[in-house]
Amino acid sequence: MARYFTEEHEWIEVDGETATIGITDYAQEQLGDVVFVEVPQTGADLAKGAEAAVVESVKAASDVYAPISGTVLEGNAALEADPELVNTSPDDEGWFFKLTIGDHDELEGLMNAKAYKAFCDSL
Amino acid sequence: MSDNETEFEEQPPEALPLDAWHRERGARMVPFAGYEMPIQYAGEHGGIVAEHNWTRESASLFDVSHMGQLSVSGEKAAHELEKLLPSGVANLPEGKMRYSLLLTEAGGIIDDLIVTNTGPHYALVVNGACKWDDIAHLREHLDDDVTLTHFDDFALLALQGPKAAEALEAIVPGVSELTFMTAGLFQFDGQHIWVSRAGYTGEDGFEISVHQNYARALADALVADDRVHPAGLGARDSLRLEAGLPLYGHDLTLDTDPVSAGLSFALSKKRREVGGYFGHSACLMRLEEGGCTQRRVGLTLEGRQPGREGAQVFSGDKQVGTLTSGGFSPTLGHPIAMGYVDAEFAGEGTSLEIDVRGKRLPAKVAPLPFVPHRYMRKGA
Repeated sequence: MARYFTEEHEWIEVDGETATIGITDYAQEQLGDVVFVEVPQTGADLAKGAEAAVVESVKAASDVYAPISGTVLEGNAALEADPELVNTSPDDEGWFFKLTIGDHDELEGLMNAKAYKAFCDSL
Repeated sequence: MSDNETEFEEQPPEALPLDAWHRERGARMVPFAGYEMPIQYAGEHGGIVAEHNWTRESASLFDVSHMGQLSVSGEKAAHELEKLLPSGVANLPEGKMRYSLLLTEAGGIIDDLIVTNTGPHYALVVNGACKWDDIAHLREHLDDDVTLTHFDDFALLALQGPKAAEALEAIVPGVSELTFMTAGLFQFDGQHIWVSRAGYTGEDGFEISVHQNYARALADALVADDRVHPAGLGARDSLRLEAGLPLYGHDLTLDTDPVSAGLSFALSKKRREVGGYFGHSACLMRLEEGGCTQRRVGLTLEGRQPGREGAQVFSGDKQVGTLTSGGFSPTLGHPIAMGYVDAEFAGEGTSLEIDVRGKRLPAKVAPLPFVPHRYMRKGA
């Protein structure tokens, strides 16, 4: 399994044909207390860059875009009752949705953990 | 991810007197009203919800030094202010405060403010984002015989919460004798400070005007008390929304008037009869039956998704209003909002819908405040 990161502060965990997508610790820290998450419907076909999820903090609403294209396998139902999982466990239990990867080539050029850390440090 | 809400500032923001103090506490600073302001702090007590809840259960220290601290003095000061404010000023006893408004001739709200009779002068505390326009308005319309002073070398700290009185009394003896909307001169560490029992969170609390050279010592002394933690603008906004208090630039603008905004209490009964202030006839027309097409209301939303400022409010297919503030209420655990809706839909309990990103969220008109005020009133 490999984990990739985007400049929009999403992480993508790739396991064969499946990608799990969430937002990073840096992102949840910036958002503050998350009070609501809307995840995409199972079966939805998402193009790279399409609006995939909505995350609302006490402060503001933000969009989460699909970092790669694919078909939604599952949204994280636990976020409906416990949106604060995004704050408490952004890298694990606070995942947003799983995709069947549409095009593996889209993973090229994404950052690894080390590059992402350097990217955050530069902000 | 991308934030949907971005604030643009024309001028680079200025630093508050306590800028370094905030940064030492891990504050995230954002531009607001022309200043770099702390929106929330880091650490175990930091974050909007934690700061919000701490204010409701103990006491929080807010820096509101961006607000304009003005004074009007001279023999005719009260009379002159009454030309611009719909409230009684001449009948305001020494040491008492009153909520009031600056109005245009058309009844539009230029700003909302607090006027205090300090004895030597009338103090005005106005919104930070409006203060320069307010000063221009006051200069233009006040007689030359009165003196307008801008205390721009004073910080303003708000200590808010049920334990604010105990905490402040410990370092400024005597303040706990003040009651809601009264004020007086006190001493901290040999320095004069002006203390008002007021605030904008719905909780008991104080606003303390202190010279910028002594602001750090006072802030340090307050947060040295275990009952007090600093809180930022984020918590201030969620607290005032729960308290049903309108925020200028959002719930109040030049296009709103005191009657539609539910602020008729600021139009003194006697002065409604006598008049002699900007916006008088416009306000009287609004006060008549059917005089307001829209009214400011509170709305509670079902579910967890908040409706934000600018979201349209519907009854069936018809747009009947717009939200002017909205967010998640940490105290109540569900989203709340304020907005203006057509008068016929303003009744408590009216079922409406709020359009959030193309989805219709069910909402009900709710009485304000959402969370009861806990002010320390005289005789209470």
